[in-house]
Amino acid sequence: MVQPDVNALRTFIANNFLFCDDFPLSDAASFMEAGILDSVGVLQIILFLEERYRIKVADEEIVPENLDSILGLAQFVGRKLTAPEMLTGGSHATK
Amino acid sequence: MQLENFLENSASHSPEKVALIFDQRRLTYAEVETAANRLSHALIAKGLVRGDRVTIWLENSPDLVIALFAVLKAGGVFVVVNPTTKGAKIQYILNNSRSRILVTDPRRAELLRDCWSDLPYLQVVCLSGEADHGDPGSCPLQLLASSAVYADQSLPDSPPDKKAIDIDLAALIYTSGSTGRPKGVMMTHLNMVSAATSITTYLQSRASDIVLCFLPLSFDYGLYQVLMAFKVGATLLLERSFAFPHRVLQTAVRERITGLPIVPTVSAILLQMDMAQYDFSSLRYITSTAAALPTAHVSRLRTLFPNARIYSMYGLTECKRVSYLPPEQLDIRPTSVGRGMPNEEVYIVDEQGRRVGPGIVGELVVRGANVMKGYWEDPQETSIRLRPGSYPWEQVLYTGDLFKADDEGYLYFVGRKDEIIKSRGEKVSPKEVEEVIYRLDGVSEVLVVGVPDTILGQAVKAYITLRPGSTLTAANVMQHCAQELEDYMRPKFVEFRDHLPTTPTGKLSRREVVTR
Repeated sequence: MVQPDVNALRTFIANNFLFCDDFPLSDAASFMEAGILDSVGVLQIILFLEERYRIKVADEEIVPENLDSILGLAQFVGRKLTAPEMLTGGSHATK
Repeated sequence: MQLENFLENSASHSPEKVALIFDQRRLTYAEVETAANRLSHALIAKGLVRGDRVTIWLENSPDLVIALFAVLKAGGVFVVVNPTTKGAKIQYILNNSRSRILVTDPRRAELLRDCWSDLPYLQVVCLSGEADHGDPGSCPLQLLASSAVYADQSLPDSPPDKKAIDIDLAALIYTSGSTGRPKGVMMTHLNMVSAATSITTYLQSRASDIVLCFLPLSFDYGLYQVLMAFKVGATLLLERSFAFPHRVLQTAVRERITGLPIVPTVSAILLQMDMAQYDFSSLRYITSTAAALPTAHVSRLRTLFPNARIYSMYGLTECKRVSYLPPEQLDIRPTSVGRGMPNEEVYIVDEQGRRVGPGIVGELVVRGANVMKGYWEDPQETSIRLRPGSYPWEQVLYTGDLFKADDEGYLYFVGRKDEIIKSRGEKVSPKEVEEVIYRLDGVSEVLVVGVPDTILGQAVKAYITLRPGSTLTAANVMQHCAQELEDYMRPKFVEFRDHLPTTPTGKLSRREVVTR
């Protein structure tokens, strides 16, 4: 599986939601529970992922399991980069 | 009639009916009623007396709903605050309302660890959530765990003896004001029962309704979803937020919701989604308020939800709701927010308070049993909004909103008399945001304004001049705001200027800064 740069994800969340340089929580910590993400914030994360990783996030992928922690983001992006079409319902997967 | 009767009557008529769905939980009216009764007895045992204020600082949850009815049953006044409110503002609200009891969860209580000694009126903290979540060790006050209270069979299942009458206060709803300090809108039982009755009348609310609510209950639009569902014995599908729309919509489809209350920000999000995957054939109505629904949204919403009646509405916390546009008028006058709701009268006046005719812009005035009693302990601000009406015995609400009416009396929103920003449907006081930014070292002058935004309606933008030598960045400003302000109040944009425009009298001018 292709692994995204976890540090880039940490930095993005730190810069855009905490307005600092270093992400202070554990990679498994829920953004929602920590109060650093709301509905508009989720849209911001999706825009970032789509631009940076050139992936398309489908409506049904916008769920807490994929977007609510650094770990969730890393695994989600990793899966998307590994088999993008399979995940978005395409007819055949590319490696 | 008192507000808690909404729950009590439904629990008595249909005890086994599902009142509340949240996560995987389904609570019947009997279960909510019993939990609220036990909690109300526990609050009384902790010293709550008639008229005492109780601040509730929680995310949307069954515990929040139970707590607000428990407070009413005990004769108290509830104050629901936004779950994203930060410590300094909570402290202000607790002290301003002189709340004796705070209902919150352990994580939020921990955010107050440095201020317990600055909360002279607070005596009891009631903690929501599972008992084994632990309690905030720092809290020196009396603690009460709501889950232990619900399970305590030594507490009566029946409500305490009634003490309050319907002209007693039921709630203080804090709202942003032009002064920068939030003001507590005083609502009596009668005010709120009247508003809920008018709204459920025009929505034709019924026991078979299943209403989705993801709006925070600190926002009166969210709060009334609970009150109105309980009034008619309907079911409320409660969600924490709309942060993960697909998950919320999936649940909504599964539960076959009939009512969908939204704000324009949510409709902007819905219209970006592939809605064909959701079967909303059960949906009976959509309501939208807080800001005008763009006409482009209206036509697309109708295509997406062909079976639903769409209600475009307008209101303000000070009277809850002002007007609604009957759905059949939507094609005829799509930009109107309708007419006054049942049992309410509205009219437009000029600067001298004289009624004006069709097409003329003036301030909207509201009279009705839904109009607030004033702002909590703030006679000066109250006198701006509540003024003598046409009859010598009455006071009417001057909304501060500019409107005009057409020949048939339908209302059109023109603008605000003050410079309050509406973002995501909630009011943001530019002054409150400016005061927070002024606390940063290096800031010389600040102006905060609302700028158009397709998702938010208006986005908050801060224009700042710095003191010589300051190295403050936009990120510094945003980080500071994130620590001090609720989510919806934070600036989305920060722009540094060499100087800010002033009015002829030398005051900073919000109006000018946008155009230069």
